[in-house]
Amino acid sequence: MTQSTLTDTGQSLARPDGVQGFVTDWSSDQRAFKNVPWGKAMMWIFLLSDTFIFSCFLLSYMTVRMSTTVEWPIPSEVFALSFGGEPIPLILIAIMTFILISSSGTMAMAVKFGYERNRRMSAILMLVTALFGASFVGMQAFEWTKLIVDEGVRPWANPMGAPQFGSVFFMVTGFHGFHVSIGVIFLFAIARKTWRGDYDRQAPGFFTSRKGSYESVEVMGLYWHFVDLVWVFIFAVFYLW
Amino acid sequence: MTQSSDTAHVEGQQHPIGIYFKIWGLLFVLSAGSYAVDYYHLESYLRWSLILIFMMLKAGLIVAFFMHMRWERLALIYAITLPPVLVLVFVALMTFEADYTLFTRGTFFSAAQ
Repeated sequence: MTQSTLTDTGQSLARPDGVQGFVTDWSSDQRAFKNVPWGKAMMWIFLLSDTFIFSCFLLSYMTVRMSTTVEWPIPSEVFALSFGGEPIPLILIAIMTFILISSSGTMAMAVKFGYERNRRMSAILMLVTALFGASFVGMQAFEWTKLIVDEGVRPWANPMGAPQFGSVFFMVTGFHGFHVSIGVIFLFAIARKTWRGDYDRQAPGFFTSRKGSYESVEVMGLYWHFVDLVWVFIFAVFYLW
Repeated sequence: MTQSSDTAHVEGQQHPIGIYFKIWGLLFVLSAGSYAVDYYHLESYLRWSLILIFMMLKAGLIVAFFMHMRWERLALIYAITLPPVLVLVFVALMTFEADYTLFTRGTFFSAAQ
């Protein structure tokens, strides 16, 4: 006769901290990420994979830029704007950077108010975040229009110098702008659910039927901060190089 | 600043709002710093070390505080932050590759121009 082994000791096991905790967590049964809800763990893993995608983009940019014999356009002149006077170098990109950082700040606070069950503040801050994001995309559209219509830059050609400038610029900023746009759409959706009180009532999700919880706001926040994070790298290596 | 592991699952990440304002301010200062590097036309090694330092500091602040990585358990921190470090190997490979391509272009194709 087979006997099942009793694995549940009836009390929660000790959860050590530090390196020992790392080993214990990873060698334990079923769950490696002990106090992390799976939605959040999956978002982190998705962001890790997205990190590799953007790494590949920026690496291919580095490779073509280092190996081209044609002169590369100077970004601080290409992206200069004049407000009636002398053109200010890179000013549009600087404004976009500050807007995205601010949107990250409001998002972090939205997460905080969400966990405090202050649904109105949380929803308002997420709407502010979404508006910052939308204005970022708007400025990017302006920048693209300027480059395509006024300067004649194309993904395959560039009157200012190396043709790779066009292809890299449209690919990298396009992919990032796409991420921002998707983020804005999801921010509106999550803000709406928060405002309605779905997460207070634990209303089941439309697709997943899982119980709603403020964890969704934090997962949304992770995605949004990642978009900001990618911009940090694009700003440094594409616009400042 | 470590949270109790038992309540974390239920309560999630909760930290005083002042932290977010401080990080926000720091990110503004760092961004202004990297913009200043370009604005004042710093060149060469100074330019590059400043740009990369500001970049890594900003990325670190965002991940550690805004994304709450600082308060997570090591199991998650290592799983997420260590794999991207390997990208540096890729960076090294592509640096060699780009140098080689530039060398061949300079040596064999410059006459044709």
